[in-house]
Amino acid sequence: MTRQATTAAPALRAHSPEVSAARARRWGSLYFAEHVLRVMKSYGWTIVMYGVGQPVAYLFAMGVGLATLVDTNSEAGFGGVSYLVFIAPALLVSAAVMTAANEFTFPVMDGFKWRRIYYGPHASPLTPEQIAFGQIIAVTVRFLLQSAIYFAVVALFGASPSGWGWVSILVATLAGLSFGLPLMAYAASIKQDKGQFAMVMRFIVMPLFLFSGTFFPLDTLPLAVRWIGWISPIWHGTELGRVFSYGYPEEPLLTIAHVVFLLALTVAGWVLTKRQFIRRMAG
Amino acid sequence: MSRPAESGPPEYVITAENLTKRYGDVVAVDGISFSVPAGEAFGLLGPNGAGKSTTMKMIGGVSQRTSGSLSIMGLDPDENGPEVRAHLGVVPQQDNLDEELKVRDNLLVYGRYFGLPMSYLKPKADELLEFAQLTDKAKSKVDALSGGMKRRLTIARSLINEPRILLLDEPTTGLDPQARHILWDRLFRLKEQGVTLILTTHYMDEAEQLCDRLIVVDKGRIMAEGSPASLIREYSTREVLELRFGSERNATVGAELEGIGERLETLPDRVLIYAHDGEAALEEVSARGLRPVTSLVRRSSLEDVFLRLTGRSLVD
Repeated sequence: MTRQATTAAPALRAHSPEVSAARARRWGSLYFAEHVLRVMKSYGWTIVMYGVGQPVAYLFAMGVGLATLVDTNSEAGFGGVSYLVFIAPALLVSAAVMTAANEFTFPVMDGFKWRRIYYGPHASPLTPEQIAFGQIIAVTVRFLLQSAIYFAVVALFGASPSGWGWVSILVATLAGLSFGLPLMAYAASIKQDKGQFAMVMRFIVMPLFLFSGTFFPLDTLPLAVRWIGWISPIWHGTELGRVFSYGYPEEPLLTIAHVVFLLALTVAGWVLTKRQFIRRMAG
Repeated sequence: MSRPAESGPPEYVITAENLTKRYGDVVAVDGISFSVPAGEAFGLLGPNGAGKSTTMKMIGGVSQRTSGSLSIMGLDPDENGPEVRAHLGVVPQQDNLDEELKVRDNLLVYGRYFGLPMSYLKPKADELLEFAQLTDKAKSKVDALSGGMKRRLTIARSLINEPRILLLDEPTTGLDPQARHILWDRLFRLKEQGVTLILTTHYMDEAEQLCDRLIVVDKGRIMAEGSPASLIREYSTREVLELRFGSERNATVGAELEGIGERLETLPDRVLIYAHDGEAALEEVSARGLRPVTSLVRRSSLEDVFLRLTGRSLVD
């Protein structure tokens, strides 16, 4: 920046503000996604270990250990497949939703409140909705990567007999977004941290995980709690995952309903998130 | 960035007319008007809550005005936010560096927001780290930096797109004197290179050191406008005699000092006598048999201008 430096390197010139603005208008979300991905890279090893370690632990404990008990006592099995095959897609979807519960809460609070990360790009040509969308893109990349690793482990366990099993990577990503985006809108609305995110984990994520047909078919539950599954992205994602993973017999209309439900939550979550980001940053 | 201001009629980079911002019933900025020519160091001086930061946010294209007009490089920030922000470098009041990234990476990711390619950004980041005297910290995490270093990094970050206008919102608040002087030096250099500096501060010495021209703002309104020297000439005397009689006596001694100098100002901790000749005023105080605990003759400053205009000091 010194004069000497400027004369020594005359070629080093930024493009014009007009070019900056035009590029930011077009690619701004990707620019912020790049930032978030660089941050994720700093804890990339954790992401990979989470992606590999969690499925290995769960599949061994439930799919192999518990299954010896379950499979011998349930002659009909679970739709004619082993317990391991039954729970594998559910675990894949649940892992994405758990990740969503982390990635769309604390980092959002960090962006607005703790370290005010969002206000850096906000002073640049980026818009609030591009910042929000950039964060979503980065987390989607994490969902895809993590789910792909998870699926690879599932496949190694021989727990995805169908050739369409890989679609459950996309299903898990969609389930993560459908749960994560409404949560992101909520996180963006919080001005004071009073332990709300811990409450979300305890009273929303955990019940959804337990009562979404993850470990047993939803229709074995009494109606009093079965509704939890119906409104749960984990259940809709799990059922879809089962369809692709082992050809779980389901009414085609219901399969479509799962996709519509997950998409609707995702879109509604995005609309609310966008509104919150604009409201909070426009000042 | 390296273009100095050209001679001839001034080319205004910022023009505000009747600029107003309300938050509900609260009027943060109350119809202020000013213009800033290219290459000028322009200051907004005022106490906390005067409306400085709100004005900066409107100039920075991140807060919509309630009424009035505002033009930055000929563009309306409410209509062309990204285009306006692409012209600016911004140093916010609170640092918002990404502490999970390394020092150099903070510059790189910020440059990407402007769509700048890595082939430009990598050498530019190194150049700016050198400018900010942070080259040896390039690979450190941001949270390992001192407050002054973080401020310098924030300034380096704001220059990544080679802005022609740099907005600095209280750039040295919270820094120790040495760190402030390093920062001032860096800002001087930018000014020499023709960058327009828009600066808010509640430090008088900072405003006097850095600003060609400034507006004194209080309660959202402009109280006075001009160069530091012209404001002092207009609103104060050449010298000031500061007397301390002890906190209880300060309040009552006023009547006995009547008629010395041009004007008298009683503050809780001291009495100020505005006089063209401070030493002569001090002699007169002694001649009246008054014995202050301490006395000091100093040159008039912007602090005195502010006191005169608003009846209170800048940093309470």
